[in-house]
Amino acid sequence: MINLPILPILFPLLAAVLLMFLSKSVKAQRIVSVIASAATVAAAWAVMLKVKSEGIQTVDMGSWPAPFGITLVSDMLSILLVLTASIITLCVVLYSFRSIGSGREAFYYYPIVQFLLVGVNGSFTTGDIFNLFVFFEIMLMSSYVLIVIGGTKVQLRESIKYILVNVISSAIFVIAVGYLYSVTGSLNMAHISSRISEINDEPIITVLAILFLIVFGLKGGIFPLYFWLPGSYAAPPAPILALFGALLTKVGVYAILRTYTLFFYHDQPFTHDILALLALLTMVAGSIGALAYKDVKQILIYNIIIAVGVLLFGIAVMTEESIAGTIFYLVHDMIIKAGLFLLGGIMIYIAGTSNLNKMGGLIRHYPALGWTFLVASFALAGIPPLSGFTGKLLIVRAGFESGEYVGAIVVLLSSLAVLYSVVNLFMAVFWKKPEVPLPETNKQTASLFIPAAALVILSVLYGVGTEAVYPYVMQAVEALIHPEIYIDAVLKE
Amino acid sequence: MEILMCIVAGLLFAAAVYLMLSKSLLRIIIGTGLLSHGTHLMLLTMGGLKTGAAPVLGEHASSYTDPIPQALILTAIVISFGVTAVFLVIAYRAYQELGTDNMEQLKGMETDD
Repeated sequence: MINLPILPILFPLLAAVLLMFLSKSVKAQRIVSVIASAATVAAAWAVMLKVKSEGIQTVDMGSWPAPFGITLVSDMLSILLVLTASIITLCVVLYSFRSIGSGREAFYYYPIVQFLLVGVNGSFTTGDIFNLFVFFEIMLMSSYVLIVIGGTKVQLRESIKYILVNVISSAIFVIAVGYLYSVTGSLNMAHISSRISEINDEPIITVLAILFLIVFGLKGGIFPLYFWLPGSYAAPPAPILALFGALLTKVGVYAILRTYTLFFYHDQPFTHDILALLALLTMVAGSIGALAYKDVKQILIYNIIIAVGVLLFGIAVMTEESIAGTIFYLVHDMIIKAGLFLLGGIMIYIAGTSNLNKMGGLIRHYPALGWTFLVASFALAGIPPLSGFTGKLLIVRAGFESGEYVGAIVVLLSSLAVLYSVVNLFMAVFWKKPEVPLPETNKQTASLFIPAAALVILSVLYGVGTEAVYPYVMQAVEALIHPEIYIDAVLKE
Repeated sequence: MEILMCIVAGLLFAAAVYLMLSKSLLRIIIGTGLLSHGTHLMLLTMGGLKTGAAPVLGEHASSYTDPIPQALILTAIVISFGVTAVFLVIAYRAYQELGTDNMEQLKGMETDD
């Protein structure tokens, strides 16, 4: 047994503790943050290679054997998402140097970002359902601080609603875990999965499936439960928004993907139909929002909701191909959303407003920014050969093959809505002649542009290099479609 | 006994929902506190009550209480304590900055300013 899978959680945790003592020196904080984030990326990469060559890696914490203690499980899905989250955090930290403001830097911004990464990586890695709750709480606590840090009026107002919604969803989470424990008598996810297949078609399992869907849906922003998302996400500045948009909702989607492939795959005609219906409504609601708003942040935020709908539909179809598409799209969406929010942040910084009506003509002074944004927009909409294409292709094809025609068509239409909304954004910000000429300050944006462009380039490489990524994704799909693989790896039967 | 506890938990939930639907910020926070109390009571009931012995009494104990729900509650209490503290601080700061604790006046979305 090796302790490798714990490293991507341990590095940011140690860094966060260290950073709290360095709060006086912003320079030291920056250096430690970058080193820690880079070390996390390296550790995640090492774990990924290990998982690729030797299969699922598990660590029993405190050496308590599997169903009794807390087990960390790195299967390919977990580690791919951990790696992506770590890379995004590194880019966001680099981007923060020039954009977050010295006030926030002095008040524990960097340690909290590291704590957020602890929560996110932990949620992806853990193999224990109650431990998942604990890591969710670490992530949420950090996000409470990040959403309010700086203390502007809008942030304070929106953070109250954000905290309230998440406190309620946490309470439901604990209740759902309690019910699950009373039904199965275990908290280890692999053990729960094998116990559930023994008791099979009990209606209580379906009730639990819906409870967990409510909990994770509140985090992930699916149709009736996304109401809090646009307001809250618009409050904090761009780097924090990028972290939230790229990581937090995707943790919710990951949790749905994990529980609906590991626990709740027995009553598919009911649970997965509900999932499919909600996915469609999510896409429609997100599209309406993305087309209706004239605001950089809001358009991009509603695009998060559309993407969550596409991912949910992939989970709902539940064939090998659609799950593969979901994983492709999940990784793509994390990278490109972070990139788009960072680019959007530069645009807002240059123009001094996020209102489309007041922006325009940026292409004259910032051509590189404009064309990078256009590439990112095309990738988001899924134009081949960019990265969104593979995932959507697989999801749509799987949808048609399993007879979900309406859903597959809605996914295609939502791509059109995405394309229209972001190209509209591009034209309004870069091509349109501004009504009021923008102040001719020629702000320095190179240090902001490089991390954002790095994410877009990564996304392009991910799209062009699909062939190289494919075996990794298929290994992840294997363990999701056949839960026995996951169970055997954890319980070592 | 379990049934009684379930009813108590339900009452706590009802009170919590009532408080959270009110307009005053402080009442809402007290509501979240009651919500977590209800949750913890529910969790305790899930493990079964009544067995009348300590959780772990060696390998050959004839009767013992399930220790897992107690461990879970302990964790959940600590977390809800922390969250409530953060929530109170942010609520107080918001009251200072915004000059109101009435949720009616905290509606958002003036995107144009």
